[in-house]
This record gives sequence, C-alpha cells and structure tokens, in this order.
Amino acid sequence: MQTKTILAAALLGSTAITPALAQERAEVNFWHAMGGQLGERTDAFATEFNATQDACQVNSIYKGNYTETMTQAIAAFRAGEQPHIVQVFEVGTATMMSAADRGAVYPVHQLMEDQGIEFDEADYLPGVISYYSDTEGNLLSLPFNSSTPVMWVNLDLFEENGLEVPTTWDGVVEASRALKEAGVPAPFGMGWQSWTMIENFSAWHDLPIGTMQNGFAGLGTELTINNEHVVGHIERLAEMAEEGLFSYGGRRGDSRPQFVNGEAAMWINSSAYYGGFVADIQDFEFTQVQMPLDTSVADEPQNSIIGGATLWVLRGHEDDAEYACTAQFLDFLSGTEQQADWAQATGYVPITLAAAELMEERGFFEENPGTDVAITQLTLNEPTENSRGLRFGSFVQIRDVINEELEAVWSGDKTAQEALDAAVERGNDLLRRFEQSNS
Amino acid sequence: MKRVVFRSKWLPYVLLAPQIAITLIFFFWPALRAIESSFFIEDAFGFAREFVAFENYARLFNDAGYLKSFRTTLVFGLGVTALAMSIALVLAVAANRVLQAALTYRTFIIWPYAVAPALAGVIWFFLMNPTLGIVAYWLDLAGYEWNHYQNGDQALLMVTIAAAWKQISYNFLFFLAGLQSIPKSMLEAAAIDRAGPWRRFWTITFPLLSPTTFFLLVINLVYAFFDTFSLIHATTQGGPADATSILVLRVYQTGFVGQDYGSSAAQSVILMGLVIALTVVQFRYVERRVNY
Repeated sequence: MQTKTILAAALLGSTAITPALAQERAEVNFWHAMGGQLGERTDAFATEFNATQDACQVNSIYKGNYTETMTQAIAAFRAGEQPHIVQVFEVGTATMMSAADRGAVYPVHQLMEDQGIEFDEADYLPGVISYYSDTEGNLLSLPFNSSTPVMWVNLDLFEENGLEVPTTWDGVVEASRALKEAGVPAPFGMGWQSWTMIENFSAWHDLPIGTMQNGFAGLGTELTINNEHVVGHIERLAEMAEEGLFSYGGRRGDSRPQFVNGEAAMWINSSAYYGGFVADIQDFEFTQVQMPLDTSVADEPQNSIIGGATLWVLRGHEDDAEYACTAQFLDFLSGTEQQADWAQATGYVPITLAAAELMEERGFFEENPGTDVAITQLTLNEPTENSRGLRFGSFVQIRDVINEELEAVWSGDKTAQEALDAAVERGNDLLRRFEQSNS
Repeated sequence: MKRVVFRSKWLPYVLLAPQIAITLIFFFWPALRAIESSFFIEDAFGFAREFVAFENYARLFNDAGYLKSFRTTLVFGLGVTALAMSIALVLAVAANRVLQAALTYRTFIIWPYAVAPALAGVIWFFLMNPTLGIVAYWLDLAGYEWNHYQNGDQALLMVTIAAAWKQISYNFLFFLAGLQSIPKSMLEAAAIDRAGPWRRFWTITFPLLSPTTFFLLVINLVYAFFDTFSLIHATTQGGPADATSILVLRVYQTGFVGQDYGSSAAQSVILMGLVIALTVVQFRYVERRVNY
C-alpha cells in the first residue's frame, strides 16, 4: 500500500515537473564579493536580468571578500565545480591571465564574438579597460566596479581658515601646516597606501612601476618603485608624519574615521567612498578633487589607474546555452542605464562612455560637484605603458610587502630608500616565484 | 577497578572504527597531502606542478621574515600564556574564598569564553582604536600616545591582551576545580603550624596545583599558536610591518592570499612538527614529573 502511494506520488511529481523541463532556463552561476548594500544592488542586477527574458537564470551568489571569492573560485575550478562568472579584484589579474593562457578562462571579447553579441572596446572608458586588456587591446574580463583614488577634502576646514584647496604636493604640505596651526589634529591622511601612494603616484606622474610595461609584456618583470621620485614622495610623507601633519591610520580604509570625524582635512583614497560619505557625513561640506601633482616630477598629470574588480568567465561548462546566457548577462550589465544607476549610487565610475554621458544628461555631476573627478582623472590622457595599469603575479602578497615596508617608514624604523629597496627586493622574489610556477 | 573484557574479537574494532575513520580522513590524509605538496611548486589553478625537493623549506629558512615570525610567535605565545594563567590563578584563588554570590561571580568570569576569538579581537581593537577607542582616549589623557596602526610593539601588546582576556575564563575553570580538590585538612594543619596565607599558598596550594598548571601551560601555548588566527586575522592582519604576523597567519597568507601552495604546505608541516614536539613534551616529561 505504502509503496504504491510513493510510486503514485513520484509519478504525479514527475508529470508536474515535465512542463517546467520543457522551458528550462539555462543556469548561470555568478560569484561575487559585494557585501552589504553593494551586494543587494548586485543581486538586483541578476533578478532584473532574469525578469527580462525566460531563457536564462542567473544565480548571484555572495562568496565573501575579494580574496575569499577568488580562492573559492580557484578551488572550485580544481574540483570541476567552477561558476560561470567570478568577480576578481584588479590585483588578481595576473593570476587569472596566466590561467587564461592555459585555457581556464574564456576571454570576454572572444565570448562576445562566439555568441554573436555586438561588442566594441571603444565604447568603454580607456583608463578602465586598458587594465584588463591583453597587449593587442582585447578585453579579457568585463570591468564591473571600478574606482580610482581621489583627494577627499573637508571644505569647511579650508573655508574657516581662508585656505585654497591645493593641487600640488607642495601645496598639500603648506596647507597642512596652516591647518595644523589652526588646530586640525593631523590634516593629511590616506588609505590603501600601495595603491594610492605608489601605484597611482607613479601612473599620475607617468613613472614605471615595473619593467616590461609594468608586467603587461611578460612574467619576467621586476619592480622599479625604488626610483628617486617615489622615494622622494615617501620621504615627504615621512617628514609630514614627523611634523604631525600626517597620521598613519592603517591599511585599506581603516583611516576612514580620520576624515569622517574631521581630524584630517585631506584624505586620499578611493572615489567609491562617495556613497558612504553621503550617508555618514552631516556636519561638514566635503568634495573630491584630483590627486595632487608633484611639480618636480612632472608638469602635467598623466592619468590615474583604477582599483576594483572585473568579471571573469571560466571555461569548463559543457552546455553552450549557459555561455550564451553568460554573454547576455554581461551585455546587460554594461547597459547604459544599469551602469549609470550603479555609478550614481556607489561612487564607482561608469564603465562605458554612454553611461557617463547619461549621468551628465541627468544632471548628476552638476548637482553633486566633484563626482566627475574620478572619470576626469581616468580619461585625462591616452594611457601610456606606465599608466595603463599593472600586471604583476602574486601582487596581493606584494602589496602586503609594500604595506609592511611603508609601515616601517611611518614608525621611523627605516628610511624611505631602505624601505623601498627592501620592498623591491622582496617583491621581485615573489615575482620570480610566480614566474617559476606559471611557466 | 573492574576490567571490561570483550568476548568478541571484532567488536572493539567496530566501536573504534568511527573515531579512527574521522582521524584518518580529517587528520592523517590532509597531513600526508600537506607533506606531499610541500615538495612541489604549483600554479594556482593546478595545471602544472614541479618537483623541487626541499626548495620550499630552504626558502623559508632563508627568509628573514619567516624567522622573525618564529620569534613573534614565541613572544606572543609566552605573553598570552603568562598573562592568561597568572590572572586566572589570582581570580581562581579569590573566587575560591568567595562565600556569597559565588555563582554569579564565577559566571561573570567564565562569560568571555563564550565570545568567539575574532569578536574578542574586534572588541579590543575598537576599544583601543587611536581615533575612536575609549582606552586610547584615556591613554592620551595620561599623556601616552597610542597608535597600534603605526607602532608594532603596541599592536603585539594589543593582540596579546585580547587573546589572553579570552583565555582567562578557561584557565579559571581549571584552576578553580584544582583548588577545590585540595584537601582542606592540609591547609588547616599548616595554619595550626602558624603558616600564613602567603606561605600556605606557595608551599601547599601551588605545588598541589602543578598538574593543572602544566596541563594549562601546554593548552595555552597551543591556543596561542593556533587558535588565535581568527583574532589576528580580524584585527591587525599581521601588521603593522610584520609585527603581529604569527606562523599560522603566514600559512594562510601564503596559501590563500598568495596561492603559493607549496610554501604554505611546507609551513604547515613545520607547524605540525611543532605541535608534535609540544605533545611529546607534555606526555613524556611534564606528566611524569608532576607530583600528584
């Protein structure tokens, strides 16, 4: 009796499933590293896309921070369980590239071509896609969230003290002295120090970060950040720290409270702090301006480089319909409306020129002065070999090495030259090891 | 004692099987894989591996940073152990004398043990944050400049305090149990012989507590070497410079952040050797020499 019931139920069940099978959607797994509000917005993209058609089902899954997401995707690949799309931060690019050479990655330009989706690299912001293109200019992964360092300014502190917002490093030092005298605890601050003070300082002044086109031309690259200009810059910061003009507030965004609490009047870090600052800062007026220029190094700024993450497509799925859906979803994400909405809400830069224009049309830049600074910086000039970005293996670890060495400068244990020499030596060691394991 | 005798020959093995299976699958197999990986260099996606014999180990011992981590781990481990055990002992002795509301008192001391290590770290990190933290503010009032983002010694001190704070509860429980098992009559006899409380503690209580103390010593060292990973990972991440980069954190940084599996495996193997050594010390020497 019981067996019969189960059989009947199973039969009923299977008939119930059949109609669904007839129009089954191809499933695409999308692993991302966007937590909190950003995560909700990211998931909303997938939901929206799923609602626009009935052939594809994108599953947007949060997998922890950037490092965790990438590690899990790699582990999944090794086990043959990889997602179709994975979000990888910019410094993981060299690792993904090397995987692309071995066939683990489906380059985006090729995916779009295979799936017959119109795709032109020229539609994208040059400063954004240059970071993720091969030497022939083909896009390998689709930029998703990109930002660039800007200088955040507490306008009230400048106004109260009758000061102009500086545009050069000499000006930053002078303004800091004046503000310090006026009682501002530590007028200058910054975060993500390797990215803002070394990588972007170099690009902004058109200085190489490493040999072989910053690593774009091959795995044999070596770091060159112990050149006189970068050393001079770090020395300047060390002197500012000694004078009490700059207080080191930790790695990544740990120094954020310095700016939000009004202890720092100038703070160099990502433009993507915009969304959070709008919500958290009520007691003073703030804006973003371009990074200062060191006039002893260059007469004009070159362009800044990005940070953030891109979407990589992994190979190894049998069903071509899944890749068709992947291509459609990526195309959807690059859509003008989607990009403009995303950029307005977060402070990330829109990745297409059309989206930037739409934001302009909507009057967003006019209503929110300063929000166009990131785009201006990225599009200031045609990127050079020095300012296109960087592609170093094990760069996550190298950034930690740079963090460590710079921290030794801030605490007064090492001079700028000693620290950067050590960073180059230790960094090159990691680069050689990466070369060994990837060639 | 009554001796249990199994009639059937296979029954004991069947009863042991689940435990043995767990040990084999979750301890021996990964350990063997780690030893194997430590002789190779491999790319992240696992396309190619190259046998390099002992190169991964040789690199580590030529890396000044790795050797410094040994020292940091030792300082940190001894600091946490000394701090957590001494405070716990003082609290346990005090709690042992408390007559009223003893249960409430004990509950409050045991409480921090329920806090996850990462959270314990974050709490202290927040209290001592140079911009927002209340402790940093007090220190500032006292004329002491606190910035664990910049000062490595301060950072190491901070994680030591956080790690010890969490472990005090555990030590307290064992010390209290140890104290309560000391016969009252011995202490009373000593008191009749005119031995003061201080003397009674050092000549009777402390020696009789030694099994507990040695047990806790090993447990605390192992805790400081391994279980504090999440605490440090959630707070300093090994910085500033590499001031709080203990060995177990390096395994993670190398393997998960750097995707350098060979070196990470070699570091795990070295750590495994360290635990084995500690265990051997505990079983061979400590357990024998302690007077019960």
